[in-house]
Amino acid sequence: MAILKKKLALGISTLSLLAVIITGCGSNSTASNSVGNSANTTASNESNQTVQNSGEKVMAGGTVRVAMSTEPDNLDPYLSAATDTNSMMDNVFDGLFEAGENSDLVPAIASSYQVSEDGLTYTFTLKQGIKFHNGADLTSKDVYYSYAKLSGLNGQEPLSSKFSGIESIDTPDDYSVVIKLKEKNAAFLAANIIAIVPKDYEQQSEKPIGAGPYKFVEYKPGQELVLEKNENFYNKDHAPVIDKVEFKIMPDANASVLALQSGDIDMIPGISSQGVLQLGDGYTVISGPQNMVQLMALNNSVKPLNDVKVRQAINYAIDKDAIIQTVAEGNGTKLGSNMSPAMKMYYQEGLEDYYKTNVDKAKELLNEAGYPNGFDLTITVPSNYQFHVDTAQVIADQLKKAGINATIKQIEWSSWLEDVYNNAKYESTIVGLTGKLDPQEVLGRYETTYAKNFFKFSNADFDKLISEGKIEINEAKRADLYKQAQTLLTEQAAAVFIMDPNRTVAMKGNLKGFKMYPVQKYDFAEMYYTEQ
Amino acid sequence: MRFYIRKLITFISTLVLVSVITFLVFQVLPGDPAQIILGVDADPQQIAALHEAMGLDRSAGERYLMWIKDTLSGDFGTSVRYHRPVADLLLERLPVTLSLALFSLGLTLIIGLPLGIYIARRDGKLSSLLLSLFTQLGVSVPSFWLAFILILLFSVTFKLFPTYGYTSWSTNPLGAIRSLFLPSLALAIPGFAVVIRYLRNTLLDQSRMDYVRTARSKGLHEKGIMYHHILRNGLIPVITIVGLLIADTLGGSIVVENVFALPGIGNLLVSSIGARDLPLVQTMVLYIAVIVVSINFIVDMLYKVIDPRIRLKR
Repeated sequence: MAILKKKLALGISTLSLLAVIITGCGSNSTASNSVGNSANTTASNESNQTVQNSGEKVMAGGTVRVAMSTEPDNLDPYLSAATDTNSMMDNVFDGLFEAGENSDLVPAIASSYQVSEDGLTYTFTLKQGIKFHNGADLTSKDVYYSYAKLSGLNGQEPLSSKFSGIESIDTPDDYSVVIKLKEKNAAFLAANIIAIVPKDYEQQSEKPIGAGPYKFVEYKPGQELVLEKNENFYNKDHAPVIDKVEFKIMPDANASVLALQSGDIDMIPGISSQGVLQLGDGYTVISGPQNMVQLMALNNSVKPLNDVKVRQAINYAIDKDAIIQTVAEGNGTKLGSNMSPAMKMYYQEGLEDYYKTNVDKAKELLNEAGYPNGFDLTITVPSNYQFHVDTAQVIADQLKKAGINATIKQIEWSSWLEDVYNNAKYESTIVGLTGKLDPQEVLGRYETTYAKNFFKFSNADFDKLISEGKIEINEAKRADLYKQAQTLLTEQAAAVFIMDPNRTVAMKGNLKGFKMYPVQKYDFAEMYYTEQ
Repeated sequence: MRFYIRKLITFISTLVLVSVITFLVFQVLPGDPAQIILGVDADPQQIAALHEAMGLDRSAGERYLMWIKDTLSGDFGTSVRYHRPVADLLLERLPVTLSLALFSLGLTLIIGLPLGIYIARRDGKLSSLLLSLFTQLGVSVPSFWLAFILILLFSVTFKLFPTYGYTSWSTNPLGAIRSLFLPSLALAIPGFAVVIRYLRNTLLDQSRMDYVRTARSKGLHEKGIMYHHILRNGLIPVITIVGLLIADTLGGSIVVENVFALPGIGNLLVSSIGARDLPLVQTMVLYIAVIVVSINFIVDMLYKVIDPRIRLKR
């Protein structure tokens, strides 16, 4: 007996040693894998904690060192597509407008604008006395140069489809710009947050020059991107306080938490729940909706998902609160349609509980649709997004209760782009769609004619609402159209809209002033240190 | 002479094979590289422009031949992601990886050789048993975990070393040493653990050989036997191991470079694969192939230096 015990103990200890080695290797490979991805935002989330602002003394100057997990894709604002890059370089470039906190547009380089009766002509008046970082005056000629490049009016390929609808650009004097559109497009206004660049300057990829609150100093690939305060910034109300911003490229998330703890960096813009727990007290942690829609897309063109009753049944079977609690550890905002509450102006409230979890109702609907015994469903998930993979697992379990037998198929991100996103060869998938400032870009994904409508959603009423929204200049009326469109998506159960996973930013305890925007934006001109 | 010609032929054929395979892998990977580089949120116009700039409208064979031609004439192409010549990017990263490799190799040898000999000489005693236990740990612990423990201990708790980043030698030599110490240690610990174990085993094997008994019976000093006879023979497998370690670190220690955010070769390789930066990946894979093949060559030569009985012709 004693011998047996000894053998058993030995066996167990060898086993556990093996386990240590195996898990070691396992996490090792994920550590190097997770670094690979670029453009898309990964979901991260953390506890709500408000910033106290109780009569602390603002300190002048200072340096903020920010841990960035990805490398900038291109410093030229017109050639870059990565959200992370944009949120860094937004400090260097200003547009005619800037994105405001409430999905509104704040005048920046433009002081005012007018739209003609027919909605085709936009007249922008520019502020006077604005200077680029190279000392040159910003005039309508620079706006012309920037927009001609974007729209292709300079004779080359247009750089942005948002501007390809421009018919002509006129500059009657140094401080006014008249833009004529080929057809009415209400989404055009929000497109004007794009950077204005100095005319005839072609080295934006190497040494970017803009008119924003911070100047580009240098970029060392793999190491850092450094910005410094623009002393001559035109907007005195928005003038930067912090002297220097250093974005440090730190691919490993755990290492950046340790670096914040040891005081080697000052800010992590996207930190995980575990990371915040590890930090403990003494740090400023801000968390809120990031304007992302995490959804379970249902391919509306394949059987049995082409039946609205089946899609509704799936909606009834899924418990979003449970997903938020388990997968996001409570740090997500429940959604009811393809719009995040971060888009305050356009968000249709009250849709979150349109399908209150009800397994019996789900079974009943399946029965009506002719699937009394349920059916098989494949959920295709991009394997590099652990957050979506976890969600898929919870959902598969929930669907089982309603008799739907879901299997999870994990595929590589590039295969996902090809099969699911480009060719819609899938049954269902889970993904997060990054929000945009204009509702047209968010909801337009469901338009029948949209090239990448991978939902294969097609609804004449919806298309009508969207095409009306596209040309409605009156903001309130326009918002109403998009709200109706959201309701329609919910009623038609185009997909299962799950949540907006919170974005959590962790900073040194005395670094204050960080603001959340409906687009990913780190506005360092608003930030400052308080005296400790 | 024949030996060198054969080496040269294997060298070249390895490189050609490696380049063909990397190129093929990139062709087989699903998805439009332009779409992958720019992501889901990219403007369709941007994707079309990049597609053209990358020459994706030409056939794969055509692109490969063009690449070979350019490479042979010394033009390694321009990185899709960084918009800079690939050669510049590599040369920028090389000092970091080179310093890291030298540092960790130094640590590995300084700690590994004496301890290996010590363990072998005190075989069976408690101290050598304990050391063996530690080397077992050193071999099995993954380096990324070690890296985190080192950061936690030396940077967060004692604040002796920076947690991340690289200070270049030209700006601040002391800073460079400080920034490289922890990553080198994280690499060196598994390294010297392996060296100690190999050295111990071969030394013990050798000390049971006849020539050692003869030397002893001639009345030679124990130390003399160890350093002049046993060690020399025991070094052969150690050199093989050290060669592997160098090739490994020179090719970029992906995990450690990422954890410490060191702008080295490994770091660049990971981000360029993620970005589907074919010109950059091609050149880097070639570079790694060159390193591995050359190190193997040097190791072969060293065998001969240490043990002239070894013939290189075979």
